Amino acid sequence: MLGIIIGVTTVIAILSLIEGLNRTVAEQVKSIGSDLIFLQKFSWVSTGHRDLDKLAGRPDLLPDDAEAITKLSSVEIAIPQTSRQLQILKYKDNEVSNSSVAGSDENYAWVNNYIVESGRDFSRDDVLHRRAVGIIGSYIATNLFPDETAVGKDLHLNGHRIKIIGVFKEKGTFLGNSLDDFILIPYTVFEKFFPRPRGTLWSRVYGGYSIGIKAKDGMKIEETTDQVRELMRRRHGLGFDKEDDFELNTQQILMDLYQSITNVGFIAIVAIAAISLVVGGIGIMNIMLVSVAERTREIGIRKAVGASNNNILAQFLIESIVLALVGGLIGIVFGMLLAWLISAVSPLKASVSFWMILLGFGFSASVGIFFGIYPARRAASLNPIEALRYE
Amino acid sequence: MKKKTDIICRAVDVKKTYWRGKVAVEALRGVSFDIKRNAYISIMGPSGSGKSTLVHILSCLDTPTSGEYYLENALVSKYSDEELAKVRNIFFGFIFQSFSLLPRLSALDNVALPLIYRSISKHERIAKAKEIIENVGLADRMLHRPNELSGGECQRVAIARALVNDPKVIFADEPTGNLDSKTGAEIMEIFDHLVDEGNTVVMVTHDVNVAAHARRTVKLKDGLIAND
Ligand SMILES: Nc1ncnc2c1ncn2[C@@H]1O[C@H](COP(=O)(O)OP(=O)(O)OP(=O)(O)O)[C@@H](O)[C@H]1O
Ligand SMILES: [Mg+2]
Repeated sequence: MLGIIIGVTTVIAILSLIEGLNRTVAEQVKSIGSDLIFLQKFSWVSTGHRDLDKLAGRPDLLPDDAEAITKLSSVEIAIPQTSRQLQILKYKDNEVSNSSVAGSDENYAWVNNYIVESGRDFSRDDVLHRRAVGIIGSYIATNLFPDETAVGKDLHLNGHRIKIIGVFKEKGTFLGNSLDDFILIPYTVFEKFFPRPRGTLWSRVYGGYSIGIKAKDGMKIEETTDQVRELMRRRHGLGFDKEDDFELNTQQILMDLYQSITNVGFIAIVAIAAISLVVGGIGIMNIMLVSVAERTREIGIRKAVGASNNNILAQFLIESIVLALVGGLIGIVFGMLLAWLISAVSPLKASVSFWMILLGFGFSASVGIFFGIYPARRAASLNPIEALRYE
Repeated sequence: MKKKTDIICRAVDVKKTYWRGKVAVEALRGVSFDIKRNAYISIMGPSGSGKSTLVHILSCLDTPTSGEYYLENALVSKYSDEELAKVRNIFFGFIFQSFSLLPRLSALDNVALPLIYRSISKHERIAKAKEIIENVGLADRMLHRPNELSGGECQRVAIARALVNDPKVIFADEPTGNLDSKTGAEIMEIFDHLVDEGNTVVMVTHDVNVAAHARRTVKLKDGLIAND
């Protein structure tokens, strides 16, 4: 009984958490945009620190590459983008810490689905003429300019003055990180104000440009990926026997990674569930065996007045199923409470769906049948005379 | 010819051997026995002579080791468990010495128990059980549980239960064995009345006064009929 309760509780709780996580992650990953490809030195999923050396040796990706990629037939637009962490950003008495500064061109907002809420977007000229202008995320806007308009004000980044020309509309969070906690400046300005620290492996791998590529509408993402790969191999002069010296990241590889993680989760649940249900089942078998022994006389009487073996079998089987279902029901309630509790105290969101409840009931009913069959058969096969004699 | 159809149960040279480890106990050593319609039979004999064993075989609670047993000319040894259960259910009523009621059920539900195994609707079950329980004079006690009833009342509930399916034969194994003589006499009155109404009763007893109610007395000794 306890085993069944524990088993069903864990199954329901974990399943609903995974289900909830599935929804948020799927939503979030989709928010990257299914038509976006990121050309980078590193892969989003498989980079271990051990091959940092190899990655650092890869050629930098440059704004020129973005320009060349934009010309491909399957590509709508490609933009260079880079970013750096900022210590502290101040305006008068207000400050925000741990924001970042991003460098890109006038197509950044469009490609990354940002909307300029007030002020204006970059122009081509801003980028070409290295104008020290910036667009800030809504988080920075509300924290640095709580009671005044941000547009037109100056900010100081690393001692350089940047004029705010626009504010992005709030976008929310991605996997727990704010998407509104940055300031965007032209990459030409970024190169001047934030020269890349040479030398460290980390900066050589992660410090340079990524190329954000938006595929043409109606184009298969694989097709675009192939075109870009071919072009980059040519630009890097790679022979056919050489591996790629760049990575093409899409939301799909994040989804794949997530899938493989949750698959492990599923296997774990199956194992926990199986063990505790077996334990619970054995418990039920015990209870039923005791019950059969205690009620030997009753079985004899029932048989004497006309119960067949099958009647007795059904009676005890139903009892063990009911027992298991009660355990299952308690488990379902506990599981939902647990899931609810976890989502109340943590950022994980649980989502209980109907099929899980059915699954919980199905599981416990099967346990009831499987472990009830032996006691029930034992009851059914009792000889009525012996059973009546039993005290 | 008429005589033959009057025979409900016929046992021919029935033997029953129990095994206690390696020791064979011959409870019945060749008993031939007929029960006719509307018979009133008492079975007597010393303890261990095989009375209960015989009644169990006659009522299809047990099967003989050898010999034949016919129910209205059908050979019972060919019956499946399912069929035997059905026979016990609709052919026979059984009353035991110790009160064989289910402790968790009310008197009424105990009486209705045999009807459950006949797929009769709950409504009809209750109606029928009520009718019978009133006939044995327990109308005011039918919602009580067995532990709230006296021995005589329990035995009347058991009789009501035996009657609920209108059985062809009512078997009783020492029905008055656990009762004082006054209560026993009341029970015997019910039996007499049942036989007067056309029922068939076979009872085991040690009590000569009880046996005197019967129209036929069979004496068993060492697994054989000594006197019929
Ligand atoms: N299940 C059994 N296993 C072994 N021996 C048994 C079994 N049932 C009965 N016997 C033996 O068979 C013999 C006949 O038993 P039975 O119960 O028929 O006697 P009885 O005439 O009813 O006796 P009593 O008057 O004491 O009730 C006895 O020796 C008894 O010990
Ligand atoms: Mg006996």
